[in-house]
Amino acid sequence: MLQLSDANQFLTRTRGRRGPDVSDILTYLYLGLGTLIMFGPVVWLVLSSFKTPAALVEFPPTLLPYSQKTVEVEGYDEPLPLYKVTLPDGSTAELAQVRRVGLEAQMVDPANPNEIIKVNINDRKEVKELHLAKENYTEPLRRFNFWTYLKNSVIVTVTATLITLIINSMAAFALSKYEFRGRDVIFVVTISTLMIPISVILVPVFLVIAKVGWVNNLWGVIIPGAATPTGVFLLRQYMLTLPDELLDSARIDGASEWRIYWQIVLPLSAPALAVLAIFSIMWRWNDFLWPLIVLTRNELFTLQVGLAAFQGELNVQWHYVLAMTVLTLLPITVVFAILQRFITTGIATTGMK
Amino acid sequence: MTQAKVTRQGTGRPGFRAWMGGLFYGIYSFIMNALDLALSPLQRLIGSRNMAYFFVLPNLLVFGIFVLFPMLLNFYYATTGGTNLYLQDRPFVGMQNFQHLFNCSNYLDPNTCREDRFWRAIYNTATFVFFQVGGMVLFSLVTALLLNRKIRGRGFFRSVYFYPVLLSPVVVALIWKWILQRDGLINALLLALGKERVLFLLNANWAMAWVVIISIWALMGFYTLILLAGLQAIPAEVYEASSMDGANNWQNFRFITMPLLMPTMFVVLVLALIRAVQVFDQVFVLTNGGPGTATLFIVQYIYNTGFSSQIQRFGLAAAASVVLGITLLIFTLIQLWIGRSAEAT
Repeated sequence: MLQLSDANQFLTRTRGRRGPDVSDILTYLYLGLGTLIMFGPVVWLVLSSFKTPAALVEFPPTLLPYSQKTVEVEGYDEPLPLYKVTLPDGSTAELAQVRRVGLEAQMVDPANPNEIIKVNINDRKEVKELHLAKENYTEPLRRFNFWTYLKNSVIVTVTATLITLIINSMAAFALSKYEFRGRDVIFVVTISTLMIPISVILVPVFLVIAKVGWVNNLWGVIIPGAATPTGVFLLRQYMLTLPDELLDSARIDGASEWRIYWQIVLPLSAPALAVLAIFSIMWRWNDFLWPLIVLTRNELFTLQVGLAAFQGELNVQWHYVLAMTVLTLLPITVVFAILQRFITTGIATTGMK
Repeated sequence: MTQAKVTRQGTGRPGFRAWMGGLFYGIYSFIMNALDLALSPLQRLIGSRNMAYFFVLPNLLVFGIFVLFPMLLNFYYATTGGTNLYLQDRPFVGMQNFQHLFNCSNYLDPNTCREDRFWRAIYNTATFVFFQVGGMVLFSLVTALLLNRKIRGRGFFRSVYFYPVLLSPVVVALIWKWILQRDGLINALLLALGKERVLFLLNANWAMAWVVIISIWALMGFYTLILLAGLQAIPAEVYEASSMDGANNWQNFRFITMPLLMPTMFVVLVLALIRAVQVFDQVFVLTNGGPGTATLFIVQYIYNTGFSSQIQRFGLAAAASVVLGITLLIFTLIQLWIGRSAEAT
């Protein structure tokens, strides 16, 4: 019987004790299963995206992308599907099917294309081979404006992140290093909107955007979310830890306030800026609701909006939708693979999103 | 650790890295020096102390125009009617929108409400929040406790659980839509177990259950990370001292880990709650609120009412978002209140 103390030990043991025991095995089981559940769906998506439409509707589905092998046969324009056939004398042969008439399949030996062999359809089995259906990717790239959407997403993400970093760090610098009238009011008002999401003020923000003339304009997506309270708060807290003496000695040396900002404060705040940059890239790349409202013209869609619209249009054409989904998750996956340790520690230490 | 990694990679091509860094810094300082020239007359004019206003201005302008002003405007919008966007074309109707939303003979039964979709959305959101936040806290706590043990590959597992957090809600929804479809992976597993196929997204209860599960799947890595950071902030000496006093593992967990983790747990709870109330994009792509109104949530109600239906009832959408905003405000105030009383004790 598993004792209660085992379970307790399982839950509470901290790092730095003996070799493996029951609780370690349970831990690895949980984490292993978790890995399967976390990665499995994405792996399944990638595998599926390489299947042909015929393989996609197969049930139960195969794990790897198999499809029926075809051969070029002399005298036929199209490549013919290949079958493994059990002949009346009991031997087997690989034959290509020319056509099917009722229960009878007319087949030819690819080596001897002139002689038609008639076979009962129950005596043949499809010959399958691993086949990556690359056309799932190349075909919709022409119809789905992937490159346009990608370009829009990159423009929005890069511009918005740069603007956010600049204006947030300027405000944080003022709020942390200066005494001025209204400072506390500005800070408190900024912080109090920390928990107000754009979904609460959709209608009036849309009105403002319409008045400015930014409906169907990427600026309408970029600017409204640029003054993030999260960023101001994060950077201000970090800049508070920079010693004032540093700034004062720079002033004595004749540095302007702007020079103090860009040559002293910004480089010293690099860790906090990096965390904010990661947040901003994540928010902007994955943003959906606001671009969905502001952008109605197809050539302005970001990847997320484009993909959602694409799957709505072509609801049944899963082979294209899956491939485009893979392309959409690819950039962020690559960035994560390179920066993962940095991202996870950065987020863990600031604890915000 | 990050440092070590960076230098290790750096030794491969130090020349290239230094060159790139120099290039970026060159461009950066060129732009900033140019701005310095432009700004020095300003500093002479208003004085160095008042440069603070200049620094705070750009952020304040964007914030004021696109956050603060719309927040105030929202209240006014909620009191106007009609279908025009511009305010001058919108008649003032007082509290009519709110009356319309709250016109129910029995608040517990959406069928008796004039705007029944609003109430269905509220009840659906409440159900979702309850199960999603509960499941999220449970799973991320267990995972964080396990990742806090001395195990191999901790960094790897931490990244594994975090990976779905980075995926966009649209991508997450499409991945699961594919897995849950009629001939999908889950149904294949059911078949292997000798069960019947289920049309998950066409069944009201299943659709809600999967929306909850998928949302936990997509976000739990984030909360796991925060809880793990909280666990690692507990000093090892505390455990050593209590073990010396003869505490067993359960007592350690009950009287040290849990109380010291409470502030972090609280942050997680509030963040998860506020996010869960705003659930939208994933569900929009996965079920579009269906089947029927089974997974219609409050933000989608606002979106549908104001932006996607034939008649764009901006006033009603604004009124509903005022209700949502007040709910979020209450959550935030409760957080502040509990946080403060926890500090006091």
